[in-house]
Amino acid sequence: MSDDIESQGWTRAPAGPTAGTGARREPHHFRRLFAMWFVVSLAGDLVWWFVVGPHVPPGTMTTQARGAQFDFNVLFLASWVVVSGVCIYLGYAFYQWRASRGGPDPVGGPAASSNVRVQTIWITTTTLIVIAAFIFGTVQLILPQGAGGGEGPDPIWKPTSDKVLPIQVIAQQWKFTYRYPTFGGMETSTLVIPADTWIAFHVTSIDVIHDFWAYQLGVKADANPDVDDVAYVHTSGQLGSFTVRCDELCGIWHGAMFDYGKVVTKTQFMAWGSRTERANADNTKYLPPFAWTYVPTANTTTGVTADTSGQAPYSRIEKYGATPAKKTVTSPKTTSSTFTTT
Amino acid sequence: MSRSGRIAIVLGLLACAVFMIVWVAMNFVGSEPGTVSYLTAQAPGAPVHLVMQTDGVVGTGAHPTWVSYRIQTPKTHVFVHTALVELPANSMIDVTIYQFDSGSPLRNQFFGRVTGTIGQVAKLNGKTFKVLNSYDTPNGQGVGHTFTVPSLNINVPLEGNNTSKPTFCTKGPCSPVTQEHTTTTFAFRTPSFSGNFRFQCFIPCGAGHYAGNAGPMQTLGYMGGFLEVRA
Repeated sequence: MSDDIESQGWTRAPAGPTAGTGARREPHHFRRLFAMWFVVSLAGDLVWWFVVGPHVPPGTMTTQARGAQFDFNVLFLASWVVVSGVCIYLGYAFYQWRASRGGPDPVGGPAASSNVRVQTIWITTTTLIVIAAFIFGTVQLILPQGAGGGEGPDPIWKPTSDKVLPIQVIAQQWKFTYRYPTFGGMETSTLVIPADTWIAFHVTSIDVIHDFWAYQLGVKADANPDVDDVAYVHTSGQLGSFTVRCDELCGIWHGAMFDYGKVVTKTQFMAWGSRTERANADNTKYLPPFAWTYVPTANTTTGVTADTSGQAPYSRIEKYGATPAKKTVTSPKTTSSTFTTT
Repeated sequence: MSRSGRIAIVLGLLACAVFMIVWVAMNFVGSEPGTVSYLTAQAPGAPVHLVMQTDGVVGTGAHPTWVSYRIQTPKTHVFVHTALVELPANSMIDVTIYQFDSGSPLRNQFFGRVTGTIGQVAKLNGKTFKVLNSYDTPNGQGVGHTFTVPSLNINVPLEGNNTSKPTFCTKGPCSPVTQEHTTTTFAFRTPSFSGNFRFQCFIPCGAGHYAGNAGPMQTLGYMGGFLEVRA
């Protein structure tokens, strides 16, 4: 086989103007390829890091969002190095080793069928890249405190801050509402959060499975009936609005199940909370007592709210709804729907 | 089998497939409920008087036992089985809803509060209210349905009716003259721009379905529809 290839002369330079005066000197392809790859990959990475990267979703509204943005950027930088190398090699091969019109079909020489050195370098490099991506992804999943994902009813990680603001996210077909135990258990259709604050989203549902996706906050947590799915985020100093969407197909109006939240200053937040608490007081008293999951049948004829008197606005999360003595509320409609607020 | 026979079979199957696709498409297109237009029902700039009813049993159509909104036509005053209504933009809409269905506590009492209306209030049988405690409504019948437009932040709870009354409506369209009902009135202003604004009932009223949220709750024209605002 190799003899045939050799006899066709395609392991050497093809016949050309220098034919008859000796074979044309083969250029150093690896140096050429390396130089092109180095320039393209470095330029691409620099452009991405300094120009595109700061605008990559989900942005920098929270520490968790910033962590996700960093992950995306790092993975892009790494993948661009690989992609640019493959594309440059492909383009170079198409051009450099193309068939000449009317000439014989190009075939590879012995080195093209097997090269232990190249194979070893390739396998080692790709293995190292995959292992590095695995380690990076695993570490990053832990370091930014779970990256804002729903961590279930018993998170393995909790903020050490003693000023975590709890907000209950209640999903139902087809709207999100939000309950603030900090403000007497009021329930609103608007999600307003303060800047530079640890926030614990307690995500639950009162019917089917939904998903709370606060895009720019880097939060995405499943909303399951009778489950308190906790997701922690720390807002940065960036103010503005963010989008909340349901990310679990939940019925005919799933596509319309979205709203917009707002990050405001702490002062504005406290003013909004106090104002809204007063405005909603006439309905809040009929809501079921605050609990970490929302049990519709816990409504009573008179309504009860959790006792949050004497609690600082930014108490530790464990104090919200947890410190009052255990209180059992029995539904007036069904005997099986007894639940306990802790 | 001969070549012509194979060709005949292939063409026959192709014709069947085309027929089924066309049939499904025609049914899909034809299944959308009609739209009641209030665009020219009044003089320009004058308030629109939108009249609706909520029936416990719609009585007609493909699902005669389902609950549904009905919308009254502005000229003939007939209640049409649909939940699509055209409204002029930037206009005051005076709404009257005759509620004929029975009631129960709200699944989420949050929707017991009136929002998005002029003055953040509504009137139940002529009496102004801001909040309905769905476990203790004025007539003790809970809430039958809500009229809620999430994107306009409009929510109005509609009190339920006593099913034991002899004039309780058991088949729509119901008569606000002769049959048991509650009357809820309120007003709101449409946006200044065109758009379709989803409205729905937020008390699960799809009886017999999981969590009450399937059937009429998931079907356009029953307990969900659009305010089609046109500038």
